[in-house]
Amino acid sequence: MGENGNVWMPDAMSTVASEVDSLFYFVLWTSTIIFALVILAKVYFAVRFRRRDPAEVPQPIHESKLLETAWIVIPTILVLIVFTWGFKVFVKLNSPPPDAYQITVRGKQWFWEFQYPNGTVVANEMHVPIGQPVKLLMSSEDVLHSFFIPDFRVKHDVLPNRYTSLWFEATAPGEYQIYCTEYCGTSHSGMLGKVIVQTEEEFAAWLNEQSQDLPPAELGANVFRQYNCGVCHSVDGTRIVGPTMKGLWGAERQFEDGGTAVADENYIRESVLNPGAHIVATYPNAMPATFGSLSAKQLDGLIAFIQTLE
Amino acid sequence: MSGTTLAHSAHQPEVNYLNHTKTLKSWLFTLDHKRIGLMYLGAVALAFLAGGILALLVRIELLAPGQTIMGPDAYNQSFTLHAVLMIFAFIIPAVPAVMGNFVLPIQLGAKDVAFPRLNLASFYIYLLGGVIVLSALFVGRIDGGWTFYAPYSERVGDSILFVTLGVFVMGFSSILTGLNFIVTVHKMRAPGLTWTRLPLFVWSIYSTSIVQVLATPVIGITMVLLFLERALKIGIFDPALGGDPVLFQHFFWFYSHPAVYIMILPAFGIVSDLMGTFSRHQVSGYKFVALSSVAIAFLGFMVWGHHMFVSGQSATSSIVFSLITYLIGIPTGVKVLNWVTTMYRGSIWLQTPMLYALAFLFTFSIGGFTGIMLGVLAIDVHLHDTYFVVAHFHYVMMGGNVIAALGGLHYWWPKMTGRMFNETAGRVAAALVFIGFNLTFFPQFIMGSQGMPRRYYDYLPEFQGMHQLSTYGSWVLAAGLFLILGYLLWSLVKGERATANPWGALTLEWTHASSPPDMHNFHDTPVVTRGPYDYHLAPELFVTSPGGDGAAEQVHPTETKA
Repeated sequence: MGENGNVWMPDAMSTVASEVDSLFYFVLWTSTIIFALVILAKVYFAVRFRRRDPAEVPQPIHESKLLETAWIVIPTILVLIVFTWGFKVFVKLNSPPPDAYQITVRGKQWFWEFQYPNGTVVANEMHVPIGQPVKLLMSSEDVLHSFFIPDFRVKHDVLPNRYTSLWFEATAPGEYQIYCTEYCGTSHSGMLGKVIVQTEEEFAAWLNEQSQDLPPAELGANVFRQYNCGVCHSVDGTRIVGPTMKGLWGAERQFEDGGTAVADENYIRESVLNPGAHIVATYPNAMPATFGSLSAKQLDGLIAFIQTLE
Repeated sequence: MSGTTLAHSAHQPEVNYLNHTKTLKSWLFTLDHKRIGLMYLGAVALAFLAGGILALLVRIELLAPGQTIMGPDAYNQSFTLHAVLMIFAFIIPAVPAVMGNFVLPIQLGAKDVAFPRLNLASFYIYLLGGVIVLSALFVGRIDGGWTFYAPYSERVGDSILFVTLGVFVMGFSSILTGLNFIVTVHKMRAPGLTWTRLPLFVWSIYSTSIVQVLATPVIGITMVLLFLERALKIGIFDPALGGDPVLFQHFFWFYSHPAVYIMILPAFGIVSDLMGTFSRHQVSGYKFVALSSVAIAFLGFMVWGHHMFVSGQSATSSIVFSLITYLIGIPTGVKVLNWVTTMYRGSIWLQTPMLYALAFLFTFSIGGFTGIMLGVLAIDVHLHDTYFVVAHFHYVMMGGNVIAALGGLHYWWPKMTGRMFNETAGRVAAALVFIGFNLTFFPQFIMGSQGMPRRYYDYLPEFQGMHQLSTYGSWVLAAGLFLILGYLLWSLVKGERATANPWGALTLEWTHASSPPDMHNFHDTPVVTRGPYDYHLAPELFVTSPGGDGAAEQVHPTETKA
């Protein structure tokens, strides 16, 4: 699978990942050996003791106390080893180092928002420095989500009524996939993100850059991409869950209640902030009202971006 | 057993439970456990067919990333309905209500269950529950899988109330069936049928019944709480009202984890009986296999938290639940070893039912080992809510329960219908099911450990190869299952007449009842003088058999068609 990792696990890209993998492979190989022995015994018995004569009646065999004790005691020892080992790594997964760099994560239908200590907020693309423990303090604005980075072997549910957290320390620069793994509605499978691991200097430069101004249409394109708008709204005219953005600007919209409107600044503003207000005919009322947190500047950008999609 | 054995009789009774009355009313109002068992068979087979078709549609949608045949909302509801039908309308009632009803009283040497009217009521309550669950489709959407985690499930509408109400009503059917079986096993055993002479199928249904009676009320409590929350806005699970969504998960799994044992324990019973019968040998460690089922039934109530290692429950709870999970894993593993050693120095007859028992040892063992994997705290953090869990669950439920149930269905088919199925077709279908099943679900382990989350409509391109393998496997599996449906129906019309005991088995339904049985099961109350697998004490079964064992013997020439 993929270009990295092996058949079972993706490449181990965090400090704790290799410890999880050692444990995984220990269980995998121990299980495989025992499984192979059981299946070999089964096949051997099925062939060796197959019925040759319809009238044959085998005599009962005396059950060996030693054998029975062995196959209770040995598996018990094995699972206790595995339990203790799993327990140790689990404690480590749950104990962020006190000097960890903290990023606040908010899950919303259907994107991730990341807030940095200096107040910078970005969506879906989380930049982190390499070699530095990072702690994510996570909460949800609506329903349950779950934050999962397979390459780091970390996952935790994100809840609307309490903070949960996880931590990791990335070991190599690169881009790593973020998934939502708790079902959260229509576009659950589009609630994806990326961790971008950078060197200390690159990360500092990136964070600094976030406070610079971009031209509105470019900012809007970033917002459109980061907030996963494209999961439901295409920019090339294809119909997905919601209407396409291509050619939207200035077009007349037919609503399901029979009304119409021209797609101008105020129509787009309303459709983003209060998506249920007017539903375009033949489309479901599926868009969650989670985009109310967009700033005025981001909205300006989105409108400018949509104007470019003729 | 006593000298009145029918083991080698080629006689089929002209009047049996199927034809002694023929009106529709005589079926709908029957109090005969055998007819009720057959009606359950029809109902659960329909649920399995509907759930299976949904599964095929889900797999086709996943052939390629993006939209293949349906949009995201249709997909999300399809996999949810697949799960709800398969779990609540099919797997939970399948073995206890179909084979338990048909076989258990006869294996006990009884004329019927202890409360025949209650038994019929259970069937109609089950149908009512099914109707209520399906009505949820018309109330609103049901999506997000069979777990219905709050607050999402509560926010999409009232459908969650109908689903839980339907599940609870179906659960009531389980409770009544369970009570009925517990009393039947305690009070209606034939003379000489001591606890240590009970067939292991009886032990497993008995253990299942305990779980059904004790666990099912919890889903009722959950339903009442959901209702209070939605109707009166009392905050219980929804944080918007001050509730706690993790509490819902505790309630859900406190019922649903024991429910997993409702699904798997009966399979243990079938496999034990098949291993004993087709190895013509005592089941190794009989007492251990019997009592560990009861132990598992109780321990099953103490491990629900292993579904919640990353949910926000305290890490300490997770650690305790992980440890108890292993306690329940060990007796299960030892049972597998007992089944394998039953074959040692036996006389193994590889007929279709035994092929399913052997397939079960393979698939269920993989399900068990991957369960150990998921019970390891640190590994579960990575694997939780990925396709690895989907694969594990199907290896246990389908590779465990369904494969064993297919074995049981083939084993008892001659007894239920009086007809033999085509053995060659049976073997071909067993091979297709085994290959198709592994091709469908093994790639899902690999996808899952690579990070592919479950309940995803769309996926990243690197997973396409594995998804395609899985979809092709589902077609092979479906071909096997439809072949079974075909030749079983065919056997009803054209199948050879079954003798009373075509497999040379030693339990009462084979030795003392005709195929199909008389409406009262037995002419005289059987007297039991040996254990269920004491073949060495039953020479009369094998020496007089003219056509060899198992071959469906020719019908007596004077016998007329039933």
